[in-house]
Amino acid sequence: MISWPNLVSQLFNGLALGALLALISSGLTIIYGTLGVLNLAHGAMFMIGGYAGFVAYQYTESFILAVIAGSLFVMLLGVVMERVIIRHFYHRPHEDQLLVTFGLGICFVELVRLIFSSQSQLVPPPALFQGITNLGFMFYPTYRLAVVGIVAVALGALFIILYRTRLGMIVRAGIEDSVMVDSLGINVYRVFMVVFGIGAMAAGFAGIVNAPVVSLTPGIGDDILVQTFVVVVIGGVGSFPGAILGGLIAGEIISVTSMFNPGYAYVMLFAAMTLVLVVRPHGLLGTKGRE
Amino acid sequence: MLKQRPFLIETLTAIGLIVAPFVLPHLGFAPNTVNRILVWGLFGLGFDILFGFTGLLSFGQSAFYGTGGFVAAYLLTRTGFSNVLGALVIGMIAAAATGYLIGLIALRRTGIYFAMITVAIAEVFFFVEFNPLSDFTGGENGLPGVPTPSFNLGFTTIHFTNGWSLYQFIALCYFVGVIIALRIVRSPVGAIFSAIRDNPLRATAVGHNIHGYKLTAFVIAAAYAGFAGGLLGVLQAFMPPDAFTFDTSGQLVMQTAIGGRGTLFGPLVGATVWLFLQDFLQSALGLGAAWKLVLGVVFVLLVCFLRGGIVGGLVDLYSLMSGKRARKAAETEEAEVEAPQQAPPAPMRAKEVEHPAYSGPILKATGLTKRYGGLVANSDIDFSVNQGELRGIIGPNGAGKSTFFKMLTCEIAPTSGQIVFEGRDITGLKVTEVCQLGLTKSYQVNQLFTGLTVRQNLTIAALAELRGKFRLDLFRKLSDVKGLTEQVEHTLALVNLSRRADTPVSELAYGEKRRLEIGLALATSPRLLLLDEPLAGMSPRERVETVKLLKSIARGRTMIIIDHDMDSLFELVERVTVLQEGRVLVSGTPEEIKTNAAVQEAYLGGVHGEIAA
Repeated sequence: MISWPNLVSQLFNGLALGALLALISSGLTIIYGTLGVLNLAHGAMFMIGGYAGFVAYQYTESFILAVIAGSLFVMLLGVVMERVIIRHFYHRPHEDQLLVTFGLGICFVELVRLIFSSQSQLVPPPALFQGITNLGFMFYPTYRLAVVGIVAVALGALFIILYRTRLGMIVRAGIEDSVMVDSLGINVYRVFMVVFGIGAMAAGFAGIVNAPVVSLTPGIGDDILVQTFVVVVIGGVGSFPGAILGGLIAGEIISVTSMFNPGYAYVMLFAAMTLVLVVRPHGLLGTKGRE
Repeated sequence: MLKQRPFLIETLTAIGLIVAPFVLPHLGFAPNTVNRILVWGLFGLGFDILFGFTGLLSFGQSAFYGTGGFVAAYLLTRTGFSNVLGALVIGMIAAAATGYLIGLIALRRTGIYFAMITVAIAEVFFFVEFNPLSDFTGGENGLPGVPTPSFNLGFTTIHFTNGWSLYQFIALCYFVGVIIALRIVRSPVGAIFSAIRDNPLRATAVGHNIHGYKLTAFVIAAAYAGFAGGLLGVLQAFMPPDAFTFDTSGQLVMQTAIGGRGTLFGPLVGATVWLFLQDFLQSALGLGAAWKLVLGVVFVLLVCFLRGGIVGGLVDLYSLMSGKRARKAAETEEAEVEAPQQAPPAPMRAKEVEHPAYSGPILKATGLTKRYGGLVANSDIDFSVNQGELRGIIGPNGAGKSTFFKMLTCEIAPTSGQIVFEGRDITGLKVTEVCQLGLTKSYQVNQLFTGLTVRQNLTIAALAELRGKFRLDLFRKLSDVKGLTEQVEHTLALVNLSRRADTPVSELAYGEKRRLEIGLALATSPRLLLLDEPLAGMSPRERVETVKLLKSIARGRTMIIIDHDMDSLFELVERVTVLQEGRVLVSGTPEEIKTNAAVQEAYLGGVHGEIAA
């Protein structure tokens, strides 16, 4: 049952899933780090990204346009959500923030279910990445390899935004101490809006990029949300490098365990999370007091 | 709201449950729907204690609902165990035990971490149920054939079969559940639960082991969930695997928020609304699958605009109509009239000394140092205070006074050095333990339980003194705690808040809040009381009052006071220690300090030197 090609291909699967989780978790973690709001609708953002891309693909038949449309739509949705609802919750207790984002997530999922029904939808991979690739020692679906590359580029772009731009500097400062940033004369609330948009876009982008790998259903974001939580707990809340490290660890755990018995994938993931909580309660790369 | 006439709520619940089968059919409720509402309501009683009262929002309750349900159903369908009630209780115990283990992990973190961990846990249980344990749980088929309860009374056998007959059994279970939940929220433990929701930091500082109490709330919620899960199997004659899904947890959270959190009956009301709307939207309006979208929108709107849910809204409406607001306003006016001079209350007794033979200094710190990275906040401080002494600490801003206090009360650990309280080394102890030993402080920035009344605030502090840091007297009435009323009334009188005893803290004036802040520390009967800027922000008149208050509480106890108001401080204390840049500059009597050149230089920033040059 366990053969080397099998193991290697599962490691590749884990890398693809891990990269995807890393991207989604980065979105969640920068939103939480900056705004202090845990967005329980983040899984729904991932799902909507897929569906928005699907619609765009129906009209244009272009995968690239689908990716752009899906990402932009979710970013816009994030900005609207922040402006209309989330900003009224900054000064309310954490529980209320959790409740309202949880409710919004359900509304999004049910709305999509209403429009597209529960049937699964397909977005084919772009022509360039169709088929399988011979890696010398094994054959592997080309698009899955491409996913790793595409997501790596997206993570790189996010890194540049966060660590090489003025906005990124403000965001990172905001994660440390948003009150201080506010008193330095920077309009923190405008930054919050932008961060929410970028964070949502990360999930939406992942959603459309992932669409050709799996088929789209309205509930697709729910599992992803749970996995994202585990990633963030393992990596440390508010830490971008932590999200990447946690994502890769979680992806590999899920894939490798699935090789033996898929039923235990979540058990192993949970065991890893528990281990981290016991040994390093603030996550592998998290800092104390960011809660 | 929950303390009106004795047994009023219990009686009303009983009447409601008895009347329901006669009224509800006319409103279009099928008996099966009513039974399901009651199961959700029972599930929600425990959840409301966890979320509404203790403030811990868990998205993982399905794990315990499923555990209890499947343990009970497995016993009844696969092992030949035929006592339905017995199986339900065993399921409940299994769920509670699971809750204890899970709680140990989930409660390592608070806030959003806690929410995320509970989501993950629930998902794991779902997968475990479907895969590794599918031999026991029937996988996606669930466990069919769960019997209904029957009781052999010797002369006759009562068998609760289905519909309204089964309703009697479930309603009885719900009623018992309500009585137990009411006892819990009215017990000292219940009072501490609300303290944890309001201000966990202060609940810890007045001497409660809040981790233990959180775990207690978590286990209670798990037990309720387990029992309700078992009832679900009995009700449907089949244990459905979807009891374990995340949707179950989500539905419980939404129903509780719709009905009203912190009310115990909120989940029941929420379930009624939920199941009624589901039925109404699906069949009457023909909305089909869109019903959940409508409910989602209703839920979001309620969270945005009606935080207390339906029950909370009704309570607000009731108090508005019954003119409670008007009365409250009158009460406020009355309180503002100058209080007639009463005889000052007797000084308050400090906690009994455990080892009266000890006669050395009550507090002795040696070589106390605190570093934050490269910044040295406190450096090598030697400090000693005698029994009964009244010591002042002054120093310019940033001298490290508050850091020093935080180390003395063990809120933060020193980088190096030793703290000895009454001959006992307390370095490295927790703030809760130190408070239980008789050393506590009042905070520079108010740390009150803002959602509670003045009396409730002081009750929570007094409970820590009277009950120790952790005790599971879940069924004891608050009024049965020996000495509690005296302790609270006495503290109220001391800090001159007797007239405001039933006012919510959020409605107090600043000076009153400051006095309550001192009262919270005082109600734990400390032998050594630290006061961090008790006079800060007060008007001159309030200062005079507070100095009088401090003098009266100083009798029979040792106090250390930080303040910037030197006139007041010098009048109050016997000795003064001056801190500067994290070091002790000088110690002496107020007169010595007033005339000390080094102190003047510290405050005026070396002006003398410049003038001389």
